[in-house]
Amino acid sequence: MTASQVIFYVLAAFILGTAILSVTTNKIFRSAIWLLFSLIGIAGLYFWLEVEFIAAVQIVVYVGGIVVLIIFSIFLTQQSGKEMPRPPMLRSIASVLAVLFGFALTYFLIYKNDFKAGDKPFDWSVNKIGNQMLATGENGYALPFEVVSILLLAAMVGCIVIAIKAPAGETKGQEQINTESLKEKEIAE
Amino acid sequence: MTDIPVSHILFVSTALFFIGMYGLFTRRNMITMLMSIELILNSVNINFVVFNKYLYPDKLNGIFFTIFIITIAAAEAAVAIAIIINLYRSHKSIDVETAEEMKY
Repeated sequence: MTASQVIFYVLAAFILGTAILSVTTNKIFRSAIWLLFSLIGIAGLYFWLEVEFIAAVQIVVYVGGIVVLIIFSIFLTQQSGKEMPRPPMLRSIASVLAVLFGFALTYFLIYKNDFKAGDKPFDWSVNKIGNQMLATGENGYALPFEVVSILLLAAMVGCIVIAIKAPAGETKGQEQINTESLKEKEIAE
Repeated sequence: MTDIPVSHILFVSTALFFIGMYGLFTRRNMITMLMSIELILNSVNINFVVFNKYLYPDKLNGIFFTIFIITIAAAEAAVAIAIIINLYRSHKSIDVETAEEMKY
């Protein structure tokens, strides 16, 4: 077993273990922290795949943006030490069965399919990504780029409109609104 | 790098997807359901990058899809959390079972 294989299997076990803990633990704050570790493991997987740009974006946007936003909203809406009620036994068993059958079917299809590997070397660079992102010709992504920028603007305005709906005397949510719009600006950049 | 078959990496992403599905099925708290959705989106991202790298290495489309999915996931999380905060203000709870009427 080479070092690369060992690293891959360790990363895979780390990602799946922390993800399972994240969906099964009863304390919501721990759930968020396990999710953070799982996302960091996925960034490690991108490093292992040698797409460092996506790994950097993953760390900046997910770990630095979304998880911090989730933790803020947990602090604003819950007592973090409080345990959530366990799901009913019947629902847990039914969910495990549904998930296992779905996983078995999907992985069976993947296992039976023989993927023909491409023979060319994989050459990405930030330069190439940037040029193709703003190209308008064939294989250019200028239109999706503009659409996503409008979507981000609409989401930012929507966040403010939804979260600001407090009566005039009440200032409870103001800090949250400021944080969210700041986060949105960070993400948009 | 090439000594790991593609199906082993796809095993990780498939398992991650179904772990997220399990979270969506069992949780009734909106923030934890949002976390499950993030797991599902991440498994899709892994798939896009792996298919791009192993099957079509001369193109960059998978990387572009991954970048756009990350962007939209960020916008979605921000909007979802704004809705959750607003719901908490009016209902004092973010359990999906208590949010059953569609009015402010």
